[in-house]
This record gives sequence, structure tokens and C-alpha cells, in this order.
Amino acid sequence: MYVAVKGGEKAIENSLDLLATERRGDQEVPELSLKQIQEQLGLAVDRVMTEGSIADRELAALAIKQAQGDIIEAIFLLRAYRTTLSRLGTSEPLETSNMTVRRRISATFKDIPGGQVLGASYDYSHRLLDFDLMDENIKAAKTEMADDAEPLSRPRMPRVADFLGQEGLIEEEKPDQADHEPVDLTREPVLYPTERAVRLQNLARGDEGYLLALGYSTQRGYGRNHPFAGEIRVGEVAVEFTPEELGFPIEIGEITITECDMVNQFAGSAKIPPQFTRGYGLTFGHCERKAMSMALVDRSLRARELGEEPSAPAQDEEFVLSHSDNVEASGFLQHLKLPHYVDFQSELELVRRMRKEFDDNLPEAAE
Amino acid sequence: MDEPILSVTDLKKTYGAIRGCKNISFDIWPGEVLAVVGESGSGKSTVLNCTSARLEPDAGTVRYATRCDGLKNIFDMSEPERRFLMRTDWGFVHQNPRDGLLMDMSAGANIGERLMAIGERNYSKIRDDAGEWLGRVEFDLERIDDLPTRFSGGMQQRVQIARNLVTKPRLVFMDEPTGGLDVSVQARLLDMLRTLVSDLGLAAIIVTHDLVVARLLAHRMIVMRRGEIVESGLTDQILDDPQHPYSQLLVSSILQN
Amino acid sequence: MNILSPEAHSKSSADGYNFAFLDEGTKRMIRRSILKAVAIPGYQVPFGGREMPLPYGWGTGGIQVTAGIIGPDDTLKVIDQGSDDTTNAVNIRKFFKKTTGVETTEKTVEATLIQTRHRIPETELSEQQILVYQVPIPEPLRWLEPSEAETRKMHALYEYGSMYVRLYEDITKYGHISTSYDYPVIVNERYLMRPSPIPKFDNPKMDNMPALQLFGAGREKRIYAVPPYTKVKSLDFQDYPFEIQKWEQSCSLCGSTDSFLDEVIVDDQGNRMFVCSDSDYCADRVREGTSQVKNNHQDTDVRGQE
Repeated sequence: MYVAVKGGEKAIENSLDLLATERRGDQEVPELSLKQIQEQLGLAVDRVMTEGSIADRELAALAIKQAQGDIIEAIFLLRAYRTTLSRLGTSEPLETSNMTVRRRISATFKDIPGGQVLGASYDYSHRLLDFDLMDENIKAAKTEMADDAEPLSRPRMPRVADFLGQEGLIEEEKPDQADHEPVDLTREPVLYPTERAVRLQNLARGDEGYLLALGYSTQRGYGRNHPFAGEIRVGEVAVEFTPEELGFPIEIGEITITECDMVNQFAGSAKIPPQFTRGYGLTFGHCERKAMSMALVDRSLRARELGEEPSAPAQDEEFVLSHSDNVEASGFLQHLKLPHYVDFQSELELVRRMRKEFDDNLPEAAE
Repeated sequence: MDEPILSVTDLKKTYGAIRGCKNISFDIWPGEVLAVVGESGSGKSTVLNCTSARLEPDAGTVRYATRCDGLKNIFDMSEPERRFLMRTDWGFVHQNPRDGLLMDMSAGANIGERLMAIGERNYSKIRDDAGEWLGRVEFDLERIDDLPTRFSGGMQQRVQIARNLVTKPRLVFMDEPTGGLDVSVQARLLDMLRTLVSDLGLAAIIVTHDLVVARLLAHRMIVMRRGEIVESGLTDQILDDPQHPYSQLLVSSILQN
Repeated sequence: MNILSPEAHSKSSADGYNFAFLDEGTKRMIRRSILKAVAIPGYQVPFGGREMPLPYGWGTGGIQVTAGIIGPDDTLKVIDQGSDDTTNAVNIRKFFKKTTGVETTEKTVEATLIQTRHRIPETELSEQQILVYQVPIPEPLRWLEPSEAETRKMHALYEYGSMYVRLYEDITKYGHISTSYDYPVIVNERYLMRPSPIPKFDNPKMDNMPALQLFGAGREKRIYAVPPYTKVKSLDFQDYPFEIQKWEQSCSLCGSTDSFLDEVIVDDQGNRMFVCSDSDYCADRVREGTSQVKNNHQDTDVRGQE
């Protein structure tokens, strides 16, 4: 006789135990430490911080370890944790012109005050698998170089956008309304059409692969806006906070960020002469690909306000912003694994009925 | 009737440095058809779009004779009021029928939509009403369940017209209703339109570059050039005895053809 | 039920987390959204949905609504596909046990709060109960109009013609309306609403229900509600009225002929049997049936002894 299947709770418990075992892997192999992840998988940590929206390397490393390296799963862990954190307040805006620069390049000018600083980058590496890395002996071979390197905030490094701005060649970055606090999209629902501050928050948290593809599509002609990399800088900035009791800002620490200013197609109108327009990207840690993609998509989404008729996917605000969150996307996609048999049963009944009606209506076969 | 159904005063619209139209004033009376004639770039489409609330003008007023409140400036109305007007009292026939049809719904559904939007809830009645209107626009009823993608341009246009007329509008805007169709199809369609408009007592404003269309359908006509009205009056009068040099040029060009 | 009392917090057994996981400010925000939703039956209220420890698409909306209103004295039932024992229902129930310590139950009649995915319990609910639905896509016009800005306008202006056009086309093509679940309804004669992917079989239960019905969509960040005793009408045409599904078979376990049945494939030949989807309803009927049989035996014994 059929007995309804029971035991879901036990199945889940066993599943989690099995997961913990698989996560640990071969016991003979040393366990990963959070320090190792932070130090040697730093770029993964940076991505998880950026899309998880928490600037904490240790927590991001923990999430990566717990998620067995599944980056989107790690981002999800950070986001869920973020929900439980209490808010002390909002910092002052980061002053990126005062960055302790580790890397700074511009494609728009051959040379700029402060110079082009390559820093540590994969850009000019040859993508040949380095079999020396197979053994655990990354020597401290180049420590001398590290010791010689000095913090690069000493030469003045004004932002490229500021020179163009001096001549009036590039549009001024102005908030939409001077006294209007940006809406926090993790606290308030997004309603369309959105303002740029909300779009930028969405893009900063958005999936890197998704934004990469959209940015790429604009370069291939789906809403071209002629981008130039005005400036990309990576380094440390001070985080300042104004406690109520003090009434003035104090530095509470510093974080590493990547900032990208794209210089785009010039626009003009009857009242304003032609100027270059801008796209902006910002991430925690060192995430250039993400910062650049974000800047391209930011510019693309400004189509309407710059008098361009939106025609490409990357210019469709609702489309881009509704699908950029990989935690949302992953959840909804994978929810297809949940039982849907009641709805399927309803469809079965309907299809069977329609097939029966179809058969009933067939003409009689000739005898 | 002592009130016009649509009254346009000093309408002006520019697109940046490009002038769309200016100094546009005219009235349309209930049951009257007005043709707005001109070459491309004359501003006639701008006038149509402003008077049908698709574009907001820079200056001037467009007043419509509402059923309850008399003449009211359509741009002083709330958006819900305007949208309601556009679905019931007004019709808009696009030059390209694809712009005015649901291409992925059957002909019957296209006609039925407006009825369903105003609360009709009987399937058979909706289908019958749709059939009746399709009949009036000389559309083959066998194809009432087919999708518009499978119709010829002329058939699509008939469906679009029927879709607009099913809520018995009082004022219909038409943008080159027969433009882009075969000459022979045009003639039949124009004939059908003329009969329908007259039978239903519709007021209409028709934009066209084709003086033949104006002659066939319109009681009165305004001629536009470079965004302004150069001549207005009874259609027959202007076509038989144009006063303005530009009108003379236009009229003489059809005689030569 | 004082949600903010010290007992409420001490009852939680998950260290470091607030009662029901969310902070009080968030819960207040959710309750304000719920109040707005109840005041405008069927209208989708945007709310500042939070990231939860379960994935979007797996019930985070329902969980946030439940978390917003659950108190230490509540008794919670969680079902998925009508059953308490499906893995996701088990998981959500576990989450609330961990973060609130409240009593949980599988018996519909004992629950004060019921969170459900894809079914309405067969047992009629009372005024003392609240039913919380998990909603994947809250917008009924979404498949007709992808733009959120436009669908908001359509609701505000009562422009539902395109929904009826879809149904008209179904009848034209198939002879009936081809939607079998998540069947759209008009609430309180005003707002078009999606009831969540419950089979249309369950739609009539929503009409004039004595319990409060709350709907939570976590990913899309919308909450909506049907207050008790509110009119809920499934869309149809006068001459093509709304109909629910019927089975020729009855439940193989309890014999029910008027509940929603799940189809189970029992062997390699594809033989099938049908079983009540609502596990509690079915178990109840089976119990009653067994006790009926016991009573009959007792009577026989008594008679036998005479």
C-alpha cells in the first residue's frame, strides 16, 4: 500500500553533514585558513566584498571558505549577514583625489601630472601557465622591491576629469538635487524610473559577468557611446565619519577601492556647447574589470537624460537594473528545483482535457 | 451644434532649433472632416500629434468638447482623463497599421480589446460586435481569428480602422491612412472610409500629402508649409481655385500627374 | 501577544539574532506595509525587502511577512505543495523554530499562522488565523507588459483590458481559458491580483475567507493582502464562467472526492494512484475513518455479547 513519503527533516540534516564533509575534502590535505584566502586569493575576496556590499576582508574570506569557492554563494552569505548588521550612520563621501595610489592609468593622455603608474597588474603579463606555482614555494624573492616602493601619494595626482573640467570640456558631476539624500536601495524598494544614485548602487552590487557583457555590447554597437578610459585608480582612501557628539569628521580607518572615470561621446544642446560625458565605476578592493564595466553601463543608462533615444538592451533601465543582482537571479533560477508538482498536475489535467476534446472532434475514419 | 468639437489656438511646437509648427489655429465642428495637407517637413504630423495629445506643445491650447464639461484644454486634464478620452471618445489611425494593432492577437481580439477595456464581459457578444465592425470595413470574416501578421497591408489597415471605431468615437485622428498601400487598394479603402465617416457622423482630422485623399474625404482643408498654415477653407474651393502661390503649386502638380 | 516583551527575546534559541531574525525597525517597516496592503485590498505595496538566509525565490517574501507579525504565543504551520514534510517547508519551519522558539504544528486547526507555498489548506480557516502566501511574481500584467512603470499606471487607471484580451484569445484558440494555476482575480471589485501559483481549484477558497490573507514577494519586494470577508472573483466571461478542476478518481488513502489530488507514479509500467495534496486533511480523514471502523467493531462486540 502506498505510504506518503516522510523524513524530509532527516534528509536535510544528512545533506548538511555531507556538505560539511565535502567542503573539508581530503583530511590529509591541510585545511584552508582565512589568512591564506585573504592573502593569496585576494581578488576573489575583493569581488565578494564588492557584490556582497561589506568591506571586510576576513568576513569575505570566511564566506568563500564556507561556500567552497562558489563566489555567488559567498556573496549571498555576506548579503544575508549584512541584513543583521546595525547601522551606526553614514560616512562622509570618500575623497578619492587623496587616495594613496597603488595604480593609476589614463588612456586619454600620454602623460599626466603624477604619471602613469602601472602598479601590480595582469595587463602586461603573458597568459602562460606558470608551473613554478605548482609547488608551495612562492619565495619572498622580491621583498627588496617591496621595501623600496614608497607610498605614491607624494606626487600630486589630480584627477584627469578635473583638467578636462577646468576647460569646461567635460560635464560637471552634480547631484540631482543639492539637499537630497540618496535613497539607500537596500532599505527602500526601487521604483522606476530611478535616479542615478540608485542606479549606481545597483550596478556596484551587480554581477560582474553581467555588467561585463552589457558593457561589451555597447562597445560592439548596441548603444555605442564612444568610451575612453579617462582614469582608473586603485589604492587606499580614508573613511571619515562625523559623530554627533563631536560635530566634525574623524578618520575611522581606510579601505582599498578601485575607481574608474570613463570619458564618453560628447553631447550638447541649444543652451550648452558640446562636452564630453561621463560614466563612473567604483568597487571595494581591486576590481578593475568590474569598475570599468560599471562605468560603461552607467553611461549607457544615462541615454535619455543626455538626449539619446534608448534602443539597446544596455540602455533599458528596467531591464538592466532588474537583472543585475546575482543573488536574486540565482535564487529565482534555482528555485525551479523546488517541487512544482501541484501546478504541474493542473497543467496535466488541462492538457489531457484538451487532447481528449481534440480527439473527440476528429472526423470519423472512413470504414 | 454651436460649439466646435475641437478648437486649436496659436499652437506652437519646436524641436530644439528645428521649428515643428507655429501660429496654428483652427476649429473642427461635429461631423466635419478636416484635411491637413502639406509636403514632408511641413509640420503637419506635429500638428496631428499635438492635437491628439501625443506631444505636448510649447504654446497654445487644444480644447476638446467633453461630454460633461464642454470645451476643455486637453493639456489641463489629468493623465487618467486624457488616457480615458483616447480609449473611448477618440480614435487614432496610424499610417503603419502595425503601430496601431496588437500584432500577436487575432483580428477579433484587436477589435474586442476596447470593448473589454470598458467592461464588456460576454465572449459571444464581443465576438459578434467584432464581427459586425469587421464586416463594415469589408474584412473577410473567415479570418477573424487570424493574426494580423498574416494579413496584407490593406487588411491590417481595415482592422485598425475597425478597432478605432468600435467604441463609437466622436473624433478620429488619421495619419496618412492610405499611405503605403497599393493604388487600387487605396481607392477602395478611401471609398469605405468616406461612407463610414459619413454614416457615423464622425469628426476627423486627416493628415495627408495626397490632395486626392483630401478631395474625397474632407469638407475643409488647411495647407501647411514650413510649419505654418498658408491657406485654409473649403476643400473644393481651394482645389478648384487656390489663392496662395504654394497651394497653386501643389494643386498644379496633381493636374500634371 | 507582546512581540517586544523580554520573554519574546529570551524564547529565541539562535544566539546573537533578534527574535524572528529581523531587527525591530525592519519588522515595523513590514507591518506598516502590511497595514497599507490591508487598507487597499489587492494592491501591491512596495517594501524595503531584506536579504534573508534563504535564497530569493525560495520563500523570502513569505518569511519576511511571517517574521514581521509572528509573536511568542503563535503556533506556526508551514506547508509546501500542501504538505508539511516537503523539504522546503521543513527548512522554513526549522528557521522559525530556531529564531523564535514558537510552537509549530502540522494540524491546520491548531495553527494561528500558516505559511504556504502553492496551496490553500482544504480545512476551512477561521477569523483567528492568518494565511501567508509565498509569491514568485506578484504582477498579474507582467507577461503582457514587461515594464513596471507601465503596469503601475495600468493598475492606477484600472486599465485591465489587455488581461481580458488574453483570456478572449484562449477561448478563441482552445475553447477555454488555458490558465490552470496562479489564476488572476479581481479583489474587492477593484484591483487585479495574482493569488500566487495555487491551482485554480483553490481560488474559490479566497472569496469571503474569514482569515486574513497576506502575500509576500521577497525578490520583487511587494506585499499585498486580502482582508477577511473580502470579495475575490476569478476572471471569466459571462458565457465562459470560471470552473475548477475535477478528478474522476478519489484519494487512495482517505477516499476524499473533493480535495486536490496529487498524481503518484507507482511502478515501471506507469501505473498511477491519486492522493490528497493536503497531508493534514488526508491524515485527519484517515484517522476519522479508522475510529469509525473501531466504533463499528465495538458495537458489534456489544451486540455479539448480548
